Amino acid sequence: MAETGKTTLTNRAEVVEAMPEHPAVKALLAWNDAGFLDANFDRDELTLVVAPADIVGALRALKAVGYNAFEDMTAVDWFPNEPRFQLSYHVLSHAFKARIRLRAMVGSDDPAVDSITDVWPGANYYEREVFDLFGVRFEGHPNLRRILMPDDWVGHPLRKDYPVEGYR
Amino acid sequence: MSGFDVGTPILDVPVAEGAKDQHMVLNMGPQHPSTHGVLRLVLEVDGEIVVRLYPEIGYLHTGIEKTCEAKFYSQVIPMTDRVDYLGPMANNLCYCLAVEKLLQLEIPERAQWLRVMFTELTRLNSHLIWLGTHAMDIGALTVFLYTFREREEILRIFEEVAGQRMMTSYFRIGGLSMEPPLGLLEKIQAFIKTLPEKIDEYSNLLTGNPIFRNRLIGVGHFSAEDAIALAITGPTMRASGIDFDIRRDMPYSSYEKFQFKVPVSNGCDCWARYEVRLLEMRESVKIVQQALDGMPEGPVKADAPKIILPDREKMKTQMEALIHHFKIVTEGFNVPAGEVYQAIESGHGTMAYYVVSDGTAKPYRVHMRYPGFASLQALETMCKGRMLADVVAVIGSIDIVLGEIDR
Repeated sequence: MAETGKTTLTNRAEVVEAMPEHPAVKALLAWNDAGFLDANFDRDELTLVVAPADIVGALRALKAVGYNAFEDMTAVDWFPNEPRFQLSYHVLSHAFKARIRLRAMVGSDDPAVDSITDVWPGANYYEREVFDLFGVRFEGHPNLRRILMPDDWVGHPLRKDYPVEGYR
Repeated sequence: MSGFDVGTPILDVPVAEGAKDQHMVLNMGPQHPSTHGVLRLVLEVDGEIVVRLYPEIGYLHTGIEKTCEAKFYSQVIPMTDRVDYLGPMANNLCYCLAVEKLLQLEIPERAQWLRVMFTELTRLNSHLIWLGTHAMDIGALTVFLYTFREREEILRIFEEVAGQRMMTSYFRIGGLSMEPPLGLLEKIQAFIKTLPEKIDEYSNLLTGNPIFRNRLIGVGHFSAEDAIALAITGPTMRASGIDFDIRRDMPYSSYEKFQFKVPVSNGCDCWARYEVRLLEMRESVKIVQQALDGMPEGPVKADAPKIILPDREKMKTQMEALIHHFKIVTEGFNVPAGEVYQAIESGHGTMAYYVVSDGTAKPYRVHMRYPGFASLQALETMCKGRMLADVVAVIGSIDIVLGEIDR
């Protein structure tokens, strides 16, 4: 999606102005103008930001306009900043041959968002992984349990306050 | 609910309600030769029919993503080899492309072409192992010996170019670690010339083999809708009729300069996946041949002295080079803040690295998206209602490597 070359767009107004015809931008504007919090275009990658409660709705809207294939989801821990957890969803469109990133920030106080397994059942393992390694819960997930760590493990290893070499 | 089975937990409810007399829970793995690593499957069977299937993973989890956060950017490359250990150069390439995208670094053409050539050899390596072990799981032992003969040739090439047979770490951020040794391209040429005949040989052993056909045709049915819903990529997806290949549709590392076909099949079964991968091997041979024919001249490292280690010769004779070398080795190099998601087509499907930088010399977060992780979700859909022995054929046909699933 190199339609704007190497330029960097840092906020929603710039993105909407520079690529008003972009299907993902159009879809989110039509879906819920107020819920479409922010956007940026950096290194040829478009990022769209929504509130955690809107993830499922936004992804449904994007899926409806052609972003048909869920590819990846993961989290980033920005400890000690708040909101602490960044959830990144990467969705691919086979028709547009383009990928977008949907981002939502979740606070550290009982982090939980709605599961997207109703939209793409393939997100099942990815959400389990984020639950396992970051401790973010996914409401409505059919089988939310640890996937990589043992079931009786204490703690969430990919959090930044979890030491690399184990507790001493 | 979604209506898809992505593994229903069996451990809590050992046997489905109302079937307590007839159903049996069977444990397969983690030490089972046909699980291609340490995969544990808990199966609920009604006689020989699979009712439910639940993959238990994590036996190879080493926390590579966490370890990456404690390393300099360049120190992460050797970690990536060990993730999908059957496709080392593809791992290197994907990570290097991601960091180069963060740095906005231009890579010289020769380095890009060599990268393409070696990733295609890696794909051949990965497919050869898949073919040998898949056929062995089904009971055709001979093919394994044949494919490992050719795989050995590829490993020799890797050893010559990188000093390592499997954990190559040959690609660097900004190019390659060094120019390939003299005479290596001729050796690759000689090897690649014989390979189509060898692929015919495998095909002769398997394609007409009635046992192999009966074990694969119609087994593990998996539709295009299932593939999209369950995030399946690569040859498994293309064998379900979806015509999408990142190399062709979203090219990286100058793949747009190569002519190749993307094999697609509408068979949706294990046989289609076998055919697609076999055709892919033939296409990889063509790509390697094109790379050898049109290999551009020039440097194999980008011109970025603060990121790429200087040549040994310069380091010993020039003060700036010595300083750069010292700085890179002791404190790494800072990468501008940002996040990138770089996907490539590996032998198994879409491999992607999501690298987040906070502006320091160590990655803030490295997330690895590997195709096998998603493919496991498809197992229950493919195996449900089929015979127990088909599970082995299906596992072989989705071509998983447990190193990439557990990370």
